[in-house]
Amino acid sequence: MVIKLIVKVALIISLISLSGCASFPPKPWVKPYERQFLADPIMRLARHPIANMHIAHVLEGRESARGAEGTGGGGCGCN
Amino acid sequence: MAAVVAIKVKFRFLLQVIGALSCLMLTFTGQAAVLEPDRADVLYHSYEGGGMTIDGPAVLLRKKASESVAVTAYYYLDTISSASVDVVSTASPYREERHEGQLGVEYLNDKTLMSLNLRKSDEDDYLAQSFSVNVSQDTFGDLTNLSLGFSYGDNEIKRNGDDNFEEQSEQYRVRAGINQILTSKLVANLSIEAVADKGYLNNPYRTVRFVDSSIPSGVGYQAEVYPETRNSFATKLSASYYLPYRAALLFHYRYFSDSWEIDASDIEIGYRHPIGDNIELEVKARYYQQSQAEFYSDLFPYQDAQNYLARDKELSDFDDITLGVGVTYLLPESLSIGDTRSEATLQWDYIDFNYNNFRDATADAGIGEEPLYGFSANVIRAFISIYF
Repeated sequence: MVIKLIVKVALIISLISLSGCASFPPKPWVKPYERQFLADPIMRLARHPIANMHIAHVLEGRESARGAEGTGGGGCGCN
Repeated sequence: MAAVVAIKVKFRFLLQVIGALSCLMLTFTGQAAVLEPDRADVLYHSYEGGGMTIDGPAVLLRKKASESVAVTAYYYLDTISSASVDVVSTASPYREERHEGQLGVEYLNDKTLMSLNLRKSDEDDYLAQSFSVNVSQDTFGDLTNLSLGFSYGDNEIKRNGDDNFEEQSEQYRVRAGINQILTSKLVANLSIEAVADKGYLNNPYRTVRFVDSSIPSGVGYQAEVYPETRNSFATKLSASYYLPYRAALLFHYRYFSDSWEIDASDIEIGYRHPIGDNIELEVKARYYQQSQAEFYSDLFPYQDAQNYLARDKELSDFDDITLGVGVTYLLPESLSIGDTRSEATLQWDYIDFNYNNFRDATADAGIGEEPLYGFSANVIRAFISIYF
């Protein structure tokens, strides 16, 4: 229930922030030339995709939680 | 029953989210995006813990065919030697191999990235095939990236030593995500994914144990029986923060629930710190906990005690902690070939599993009074990445 609420609030914020409404026109607040820190490879969650795929595979066979891993998923493929 | 209704509500909610994101994806335009750079990764992986040893290689290749099309190929091999507590208590240790291959293609049109991925995993007693489609869109001055995805998988399950055994299962996955730049140093990502399984979801080798006073050992065994459907829903919030000096703080929290009444959550925090121009250090800590499946029991009171029966430790109440450290060495230009850039990485994870209602049946103790089970595992990854 709490998670659902968080997701809804996040979506509402996104909708507001993305709204094309002329009376409330938030502009993108981080300009392209201000993104040098974000572009640094150390900031990437998928800095090492092949390692992330292995970690997801190790965990999916040993834990019941699945989904939203960010690696595409696909199941353990094992029994 | 309540869990099934809750999951259905979540599925309906996911469809609403997908509808909203689809509308948003059509709303904004701006500068065109670019595909990720070409790269090749070659990895050796090793897992050792709880009586299991698994290792093997993996290769990931990614190459642009043009400015708008890229192809990926992935191969992964597990060589498994198992004498885990489940196996030792009721069966014989075994060795087997699992081969996995994936092929993918990405197509970029302006700010919309579409991808198709095919996957096949093959071992003696399990064949899994799936496809996955994803679409993502940069929007709002490229501060926001919205994504949607769908996967379908078909599994053929066999049992070694029993030629007449053949079962099937299917899996559907639907996911949506939003990646949002919040400040010049903070980016966050919210992902949700629903997974629906139907068919034979058991492990064909595993058994449950029950009290049987008619035999000298006092304990009998029968095959596990799982429901033929399972629906789950996961929500994950991730964030990366660039610290005042050149280092990054990484975070994620995921909440999971399913129709088998398993609730789980995991939280991870990582820290990435470059040293000089050529070394990156990374440390992480992760905590995971889950409740048991509704039909799980370590010891049933008698045979056929309920419709569904499980004593799979992965369905029990447990938690685990991962501590990880990694180092990446960025090879200097003098050691690179031509215009390529290369990195060598070594990562080590230590995982400690603690089961709260799964007992070690191999221990010398009264039935149902054995010590609770627990084990630790060491996971190693060594890989080279080449960007070209």
